Amino acid sequence: MDFLMWFSKPENTKPLGLVIFFVTFIGIVIYAYGSKKRSDQLESYRNIPFLDDQEDTKDKQ
Amino acid sequence: MAVTTYSGAEQYNFEVVKKFAIMSIIWAVIGMFVGVYIASELAWPFLNFDSPYISFGRFRPVHTTSVIFGFGGSALFATSYYVVQRTCQTRLISDGLASFTFWGWMAAIALADFSYMLGYTQSREYAEMEWPIDILIEVVWVAYLTVFVGTIMRRKQPHIYVANWFYLAFILATALLHTFNNLAMPIDLFSMKSYSLFSGVQDAMTQWWYGHNAVGFFLTAAFLGMMYYFVPKQAGRPIYSYRLSIVHFWALGFMYMWVGAHHLHWTALPDWTSSLAAAFSILLLMPSWGGMINGIMTLSGAWDKLRTDPIMRFMIVALSFYGMSTFEGPMMSLKEVNALSHYTDWTVGHVHSGALGWVAMITFGSLYHMMPKLWDTKMYSRKLIEWHFWLATIGIVLYIVAMWISGITQGLMWRAFDEFGNLQYSFVESVAAMHPFYAMRAIGGMFFLTGMVMMAFNVFMTIRQGKRESAALEAKLAAKLAHA
Repeated sequence: MDFLMWFSKPENTKPLGLVIFFVTFIGIVIYAYGSKKRSDQLESYRNIPFLDDQEDTKDKQ
Repeated sequence: MAVTTYSGAEQYNFEVVKKFAIMSIIWAVIGMFVGVYIASELAWPFLNFDSPYISFGRFRPVHTTSVIFGFGGSALFATSYYVVQRTCQTRLISDGLASFTFWGWMAAIALADFSYMLGYTQSREYAEMEWPIDILIEVVWVAYLTVFVGTIMRRKQPHIYVANWFYLAFILATALLHTFNNLAMPIDLFSMKSYSLFSGVQDAMTQWWYGHNAVGFFLTAAFLGMMYYFVPKQAGRPIYSYRLSIVHFWALGFMYMWVGAHHLHWTALPDWTSSLAAAFSILLLMPSWGGMINGIMTLSGAWDKLRTDPIMRFMIVALSFYGMSTFEGPMMSLKEVNALSHYTDWTVGHVHSGALGWVAMITFGSLYHMMPKLWDTKMYSRKLIEWHFWLATIGIVLYIVAMWISGITQGLMWRAFDEFGNLQYSFVESVAAMHPFYAMRAIGGMFFLTGMVMMAFNVFMTIRQGKRESAALEAKLAAKLAHA
């Protein structure tokens, strides 16, 4: 149980939190821009607002 | 991606959207009128009429609550219910629960406004409502979350469009902020009065954790949700970069929660806390400007729309003000700048360049886009939209310029020393020096309010026109059927 005490100290958890958030954020950036195939897939979602209505689809064209 | 070829009003619940949209405009007129009135009270104090009910102290939260929660909140309910249905291509999960959020939210705003005028307040910035109203808001908010998440869960479109992420972040963050900021102990079950669970510096920190994140998630993230749907729709072209919107969303979410303490520079708060908040405020500039660029670049290749389409103009000017206030905010969070700007009218000007320039302008643009679609007609008068745009823009410029001059003058007067090291000016001298700028601010507000009244008239006539057209269509169909 001693390792749990490590988490009770702000001087440990603050840098740990920073590392977790930073790594997660970098992961998100890599996810968004890291692969050409995924990028194309993500960019295709731009058209969702125009999909539910004929009139709007025409507007877009 | 799933494609639904046609959607009619019968597929979606637009009734609740219409109700919220109309009330948003009514609250805007009320809230902005009260705003102009209190600004006039500061310039011409006889307007207090020695009545406690309309004195500045009681009337100011009536203004902030009516415009932030009445106008802004109702517009967010309206647009989020509209956007989530249209981008998920499904009806709201429960008409009854959606209707409850409408009546509950209206009751909360009306009760809050009346209670402030009667002198009930817990004196927390943007959260002045006493505990019974806080509980009502809590219940309404849980119902809102249920409707929104439930609707997303039964979507026909596999991907959740980014506007919904922003709306959901706003709903979740507001729930968190409202709950913890309002932890209080009533003095009696039948008394409106309560005492906060926090005291001293912790209380100050909790209040500004709430206060700035109300700006971050209520007045920014949620309206970005509005922007990510209505700017592409009005421009007739998809958002500039979907990937940028993903990074924008997560960066904003990661950073905003940290910045509240920049409101408490040079106070009893530990120095490192406000320095950390200032550092995150500077970092926040990047996602903010990324989002602004994403919105503005959506118009890339169709810039002519800015000349021809007044609704598009509202949206692009809103994004420009978003860019400007998200630059000004981090600058004011620097300790040296804050030493001059804090407690002065500069802060008031900054808040209003965001609230009027960004929040109100993007809302006007979105409502002008959405309301004719709800009533299946066109806006009654395009000329009035043009007039509204210019009145609003001139009003904002008058307002913020007055507050910049007044704020910087105040800051400089308060820190001026004479040759013996005494303060050069008394406080009342700085108040007297503010008078012309307070008058200028009130006039700016009058411009903005006039534009708002024009919008209310235009919308009223549009709804009447829509109802007439649909009645004429029904009569025509009935006549055809009778002859068949």
